[in-house]
Amino acid sequence: MLANKIITKDLDLYYGENHALKTVNMDIKEKAVTAFIGPSGCGKSTFLKTLNRMNDLIPSVRIEGTVTLDGEDIYSQGVDTTLLRKKIGMVFQQPNPFPMSIYDNVAYGPRIHGIKHKAQLDEIVEKSLRSAAIFDEVKDRMKKSALGLSGGQQQRLCIARALAVEPEVLLMDEPTSALDPISTLKIEDLMAELKSEYTVVIVTHNMQQAARISDYTAFFLVGEMVEFNTTDEIFARPKDKRTEDYITGRFG
Amino acid sequence: MTTRVNFQLELEALDEALEEMADMVENNIEKSLASFEKRNVELAREIVQGDRAVDDMQRSIEARCLSLMLHQQPVVARDLRMVSSALKIVTDLERIGDHAQDIAELVLRISDANVMENVGHIIEMASKAKLMMKNGIRAYTTRNTELAYQVIDADDEVDDLFNEVKEEISNLLQEKKEPVDDCVDILMIAKYLERIADHAVNICEWTEFNETGTVQNIRLL
Amino acid sequence: MGTNTVSLYTKRRRLSDGILTALIYLCASLAICLVAGIVGYVVVRGVRSVNWTFLTTVQSSKNNTFGIAGNLLNTLYIIVITLLIATPLGIGAAIYLNEYAKPGKLVRMIEFTTETLSGIPSIIFGMFGMVFFGTTLHLGFSILTGALTLTLLILPLITRNTQEALRTVPDSYRNGALGIGATKWYMIRTILLPSAMPGIITGVILAIGRIVGESAALIFTAGSGYILPKSLFGAFHKILESGGTLTIQMYLRMTNAKYDDAFGIALVLLIIVLGINCLTKFLTKRFDVTRLDERRGKQKRVKTKVSK
Repeated sequence: MLANKIITKDLDLYYGENHALKTVNMDIKEKAVTAFIGPSGCGKSTFLKTLNRMNDLIPSVRIEGTVTLDGEDIYSQGVDTTLLRKKIGMVFQQPNPFPMSIYDNVAYGPRIHGIKHKAQLDEIVEKSLRSAAIFDEVKDRMKKSALGLSGGQQQRLCIARALAVEPEVLLMDEPTSALDPISTLKIEDLMAELKSEYTVVIVTHNMQQAARISDYTAFFLVGEMVEFNTTDEIFARPKDKRTEDYITGRFG
Repeated sequence: MTTRVNFQLELEALDEALEEMADMVENNIEKSLASFEKRNVELAREIVQGDRAVDDMQRSIEARCLSLMLHQQPVVARDLRMVSSALKIVTDLERIGDHAQDIAELVLRISDANVMENVGHIIEMASKAKLMMKNGIRAYTTRNTELAYQVIDADDEVDDLFNEVKEEISNLLQEKKEPVDDCVDILMIAKYLERIADHAVNICEWTEFNETGTVQNIRLL
Repeated sequence: MGTNTVSLYTKRRRLSDGILTALIYLCASLAICLVAGIVGYVVVRGVRSVNWTFLTTVQSSKNNTFGIAGNLLNTLYIIVITLLIATPLGIGAAIYLNEYAKPGKLVRMIEFTTETLSGIPSIIFGMFGMVFFGTTLHLGFSILTGALTLTLLILPLITRNTQEALRTVPDSYRNGALGIGATKWYMIRTILLPSAMPGIITGVILAIGRIVGESAALIFTAGSGYILPKSLFGAFHKILESGGTLTIQMYLRMTNAKYDDAFGIALVLLIIVLGINCLTKFLTKRFDVTRLDERRGKQKRVKTKVSK
């Protein structure tokens, strides 16, 4: 049994009057891939963003309950969100490389956290690009603009950028929904590799993807976490009829 | 850079598991027929007791295929053909294993050794069936459709031999030369050998399907 | 095949289309003719007055010569001082409004006010500048008074342009930076401002154009001095002295019926405005972060600036 990395307890989230997450309790396992599935607007992305407090950026959001990372409440007073987001990195739906060189994109995070030595940065950049399985494709064009890369490459670059700050957890919000099938499969392979070192949490619209890559799966429906279990259990023997209806495509 | 590395590894592992099971079955057949030819009771007993491993292997390969379907959705082209033919072949292999056991059980019952000398074709039939089975498995693991077609063609010879054996036995029975029980047992052994050859043909047909999507010129996929 | 099928090759004349097309062409050519006419007239009338003496000397009754060197310098002073004050203020305000302020009544009110401000006739700014900076703050007729007044005039321009530029920076950049632990200000400094730079530059250069062309707001604030400073101290002190820009001088020449001089100044102004437009095009391209690869070939320095 794997250790718990992130634990949410009675987590409620409101957008103004809208009760967007309803008492979510979940233990996210360390060094495993956990996938969140569910129809659009079910709260899976919102829940993902509560895990590194990206919802703080939205003014009308109110959160109740606790989220702990290795036992520390990330919503308690005095938590440094900068440090939190260094530990819990994030990759977004649309590849969003910064308009700078490939090298500077990856070095961006380490520079925030005060690393200035050229040699040290070089090392981090190479290691991160290798971890994101894109080093060989970009090693000869490190000083070229990141915007010149293909969509799939851009997304892997963004993963490298997130890895460069050496996070413990990697949150991915539909990381392949804007990519072609081959790029998608490359990223899926990458996730399988990443889980040996990182805790990976991914939101996906694609149930097959969740089945392919995740160890644990949570199914969300209108703000409620309906079922959370190993991926085997969820896809082979779902306990809740709503889960079964959804994964078998008999929804609504 | 190739994609779906894990899936590819799992498919290879599936292939290896099938080969391993085929080896086990082949080994059992080998031993079973040896016990028959040499009337080695010890060897036969060993076979009768030892079929559990093949059954476990069958379950594990089936579980592997189902897990692949659940997680990797092999629903197109050769992925689909490979996983579905693996599911079919594993049944044939298991049956062959069962028949090896059945033969060993009969060997234990045959009391009079002479009966075998009087059924001259059965040894030839046994070696033909064994060869078909071996080649069938080899055809699948090496994806060799040529070999598969050879095995399929060889089935007629085994069928002919079976008819010869049948005739010999009915002669024996009419002449009352041998105990009736032994005659019936030998006939059953011959029938099992014929079934083994049929399963070898099935494996070859799935080999053909795995490569072409057709079985005996009927397009399945 | 139905009998009433219309072939793709059937030609159907649409009369209204033809008329409208002709009208549009007419309007366009009229506009071009107008611009060409004005420019041509100014060039023809002004080119005789523009020579070395005209550009390098100041007005002198003793030598009975006329030159615009003092006014050129004054214009430069006003541009530099106004921008020094207005650019940081305008960019700062835009960053506050776009990135920090919670969207709501206050922001809408500030935006509405700045928009209104840019619609007010510049003579009103001139009057306010004269009374407030000139009299109340005792700055008198001086370049500083003029620059402060013009600051009020161009602040909305720079703020609006910067805001627009910040708005075009995708949110994904903001999230990307914050998502790996950047502080807000670090994100603004390293991602937003470099990305918004072309838009900001456009705003600043438009502001320069406005300054160069302004006369009503200056005539009662910066005055009409045209003397060149004679020492280093003088160069600094000049900020507190009266100084008329090119447009002011042009206005004065016209009131004295010296039309040739006025056309000469007009020609110089035209050339300056043309130069500014070219500069805008060049700079916005140079600072466009999305064109890193095109830029790198030409200029190494820019890259380090972006990547810092």
